[in-house]
Amino acid sequence: MSRYISFRDFDWVLFILVLLICGLGVMEIRSATAHTKFAGAHIRQLYWISGGIACMFVMSFVNYQKLLDGVHWMYIASIASLMTVIIFGQKYLGARRWIKMPGGGHFQPSEWVKLILILAVAKYFADLHQRELSWPDFIKAGAIVGVPMLLVLAQPDLGTALTYIPIAIMGLFLGGVRLKQALTVVVLAGLMMPLAFHVLKPYQRERLTSFMEPEADSQGSGYQVIQSLIAVGSGGLWGSSAGSQSQTHLAFLPVPQTDFIFAAFAEEHGFVGALTVMLLYFIVLMRLTQNAQTAPDRAGTFVVMGVVAVLSFHILVNVGMVVGFMPVTGIPLPLMSYGGSSVLFMFLALGIVMNVRMRRFVN
Amino acid sequence: MFGRDEKVSPVRLTAVQYIVLAIFMILAYGLWRLQVVQSDMYASLAEKNRVRNVPILAPRGKILDREGRMIVDNYPSFTALLLRDSSRDLSADAGLIAQGLHLDAKEVRDRIRHFASMPQYQPIYLKDDITPDELAFVESHRNELPELDTIVAHRRLYPRNGFMAHLIGYVGEVSEEMLNQPRWEFYNPGDVVGKSGVELQYNQILMGKNGQRRAVVNSRGREVSRLDETQAEPGKQLKLTVDLDLQIAAEEALGEKNGAIVAMDPRNGEILAMVSRPTFNPNDFAVRVSRDQWSKLVNDEDHPLLNKAIQAQLAPGSTFKIIMATAGLQEGIAQDMHVICNGGATFYGRYFKCWVTAEHRAHGMVEISKAIYQSCDVFFYTLAEKLGIDRIAKYATMFGLGQKTGIDLPQEVTGVMPSEEWKVRNFKQKWYAGETISVGIGQGAVAVTPIQLARAIGAIASGGLLVRPHVTNPDELPANVIPATDAPNRVKIPIDPKNWEIITDAMSNVPTPLGTAGSAHLQGIDFAGKTGSAQTVSNALKAKTANGKSKYKDNAWFVGVTPRRDPEIVVAVLFEGGEHGQFAARIAAQVVKAYVEKQRRQPTKVAQGNKKVEIGAVWNSASPDGTANDTLHGGRFLVDVPKKRLPVAVAAPGVQ
Repeated sequence: MSRYISFRDFDWVLFILVLLICGLGVMEIRSATAHTKFAGAHIRQLYWISGGIACMFVMSFVNYQKLLDGVHWMYIASIASLMTVIIFGQKYLGARRWIKMPGGGHFQPSEWVKLILILAVAKYFADLHQRELSWPDFIKAGAIVGVPMLLVLAQPDLGTALTYIPIAIMGLFLGGVRLKQALTVVVLAGLMMPLAFHVLKPYQRERLTSFMEPEADSQGSGYQVIQSLIAVGSGGLWGSSAGSQSQTHLAFLPVPQTDFIFAAFAEEHGFVGALTVMLLYFIVLMRLTQNAQTAPDRAGTFVVMGVVAVLSFHILVNVGMVVGFMPVTGIPLPLMSYGGSSVLFMFLALGIVMNVRMRRFVN
Repeated sequence: MFGRDEKVSPVRLTAVQYIVLAIFMILAYGLWRLQVVQSDMYASLAEKNRVRNVPILAPRGKILDREGRMIVDNYPSFTALLLRDSSRDLSADAGLIAQGLHLDAKEVRDRIRHFASMPQYQPIYLKDDITPDELAFVESHRNELPELDTIVAHRRLYPRNGFMAHLIGYVGEVSEEMLNQPRWEFYNPGDVVGKSGVELQYNQILMGKNGQRRAVVNSRGREVSRLDETQAEPGKQLKLTVDLDLQIAAEEALGEKNGAIVAMDPRNGEILAMVSRPTFNPNDFAVRVSRDQWSKLVNDEDHPLLNKAIQAQLAPGSTFKIIMATAGLQEGIAQDMHVICNGGATFYGRYFKCWVTAEHRAHGMVEISKAIYQSCDVFFYTLAEKLGIDRIAKYATMFGLGQKTGIDLPQEVTGVMPSEEWKVRNFKQKWYAGETISVGIGQGAVAVTPIQLARAIGAIASGGLLVRPHVTNPDELPANVIPATDAPNRVKIPIDPKNWEIITDAMSNVPTPLGTAGSAHLQGIDFAGKTGSAQTVSNALKAKTANGKSKYKDNAWFVGVTPRRDPEIVVAVLFEGGEHGQFAARIAAQVVKAYVEKQRRQPTKVAQGNKKVEIGAVWNSASPDGTANDTLHGGRFLVDVPKKRLPVAVAAPGVQ
């Protein structure tokens, strides 16, 4: 078994596309935060991206098959860290999501758990050899994702918990889920909805209702939704010509550099600009899927498709929120939104994808 | 390594690609819908978001006196407010802010908390009309307290200490109740409008039109840039007929005494001065009147908000005898009437006293002239009996008693002039002849306002010229101002010149040692008038509560004119609780003296004139026996005034 890997097989096209998206993100963060108390965030974002690129290269050298072999330990560690957060975490804005690290840093485990879940799900389905999924396997796969998800929900962090679901769905779909099983889950989920709504925290419920009718409370929680829609809509085809008098720059759009970065971008660059970004994301996703097809083994495909699932879900929910199709859930737009955890996760995930690709001719 | 080599179903991978494509198509559709289809709607929403219309408040017109001197002005007033623009913890600064603005720190914190749930662009108003040192505090803490700011408004600056307060009135925010009335339907909530006096009457002229500035604001309400602005149209200034010098004299003459003064030019109805006491300070309302302060003013039993010159309806007392005398002479009854006053007389089985009995005297033989200057009650009881109530009412009504004068001030009252018909209409009872006797000396049901009295007696002294009083010159008002009343401006009531002379000559004896107001005599001024002392409660009740409470003391009246015939000025004085008419007469004398002195000091008519100028003069005529007569004569002469006196040097012959 040869251990030959080469940067000839590093996916430079994917890398450049990703950097392009990151660059647009940095530009928009700079523009949106100018003259606000967040000014300078784009510099910090550049540091995160640099760190992320470094992590990606390191990760691309780590054999993903070795990672998969030890994934059960990582899984146990992630469950432990999530429980640590619930017990010892820093309370911020009513939720415990962070562990204070020595040296003043903050660590948000739920973000890394996502990565481990991708690996764990990939390992689980790669080890299943039958083409069709049995009910016990189905439930076991659900449990792998379900347990950490419940722990994150308990923080409470609905947004991040939701991002675990596509990992499970992608695994099940590629792992050969049957139509009957899928329908059963959908019907069950539908029946659970009213109960779930009841369990939601008041602020979460408010966000959902304000999504349904934002005008009902245009100065309260509906404010973000309305201001985001106004920002995007006023951008028009070619972008806001008002320049410094835009929604974003006059601070009507609150905290535009994180979850609403796409709204700020869409306002400034219009439909054409927004569509260009969407196209870039689409090419990235297609490229990733292509890499999954050429993966050296079943596990590699699952790993890459897990990343595809998370990325697609983030884009769907975030852009969906910005255009008013989805409620405000606090899910950032990967590669563009400001934030260290999100950037590092994406580059680590890309590192694993690179690793899978670089090993496509191995074996 | 079994199974790992088995590839994932390529069909399902392709399916994933199509699902991703579908998701992107949906999102792209969402973007299309917002940014292309509904773009205009959202652009206008964004416009509404960031463009704020800031009103530019129009300053109200100034109020000037007849000579253009400032009575009411505006001053820039600053309101301190908090902008919630910065990310500062406002509560932390509350202590310093409270100290600088002389507020309670807890109150400031409560306000901040109260506004916490409000939209950020709404500023928190802290304090209206801040003092210069508070303004200096705001200016000097721009860096430490960037959230603290001020806005400017023009506020009314009224004369101090309630000077002329009733005539001027005051302004306030238009009330909900007012907005429902047709007069105010085109006004907006928050508009500052006149609430009483001239401010209310001529609000249309005084109030300007607010402009507005369109400014770009950020989400916290701070102005980022300006788009355009329409200037405010300031209110027009209003010139009153009031003479500030005379107003000052009248205010000083009445002092702290309760009552009212009206000074009017009976030739044209121009109000020269108007005072009411007690007064109030309209500056207290210019900012904001507290509920306590307001209820104190409204519930005060002396009614400081009441303009007694036009709103007090009181028995005129003996001043009414001038109307009686006019009625009696015009009806041909009083000329030859001689009545013996023994200090009282019996009519319809009831004994009516003459005021003179209080001094343990009697008037003896009285004819009309003496009856006036000695104010003999018995003479007028007798005259009233002969005239009957309806003839009395006819003359009183002719001279404007018991009806509004039509003065251009709000809320004038009518007063009461009783008659047989009035009694039937209001009480469903027959008029008793006995009631006429009291009316003859201005008691009983008759109630007048000082302005009515000034107008009526001024008209009689002017030989029957009844004018409508007014505080602004109607010719100077803009054409679109609707007149306050459709009452005619002047009515000529025929009075026989002989009767006119009898009455006015008798009136001129009143402020002399012969008359009832000797102490109000003015040396060298043709001052005439009539005193009055009107009971406010019945004698019986007064006897019971004779502990000297002002409430039950007689009201003193005086209506004076100068000169006695065709007067230039009529002054009505009401001195509540003044006991005797001569005390009111002294007040009137001060006003008349101030008027005459001002006229004499100003040789303007002579200096400017190039026509004949009318001048008044007063003289004593010699008696047939050569001694000086006590009686003063007044008259008018037309004098030629040269266009310009030539310099002596030019006129002298032989000098080039």
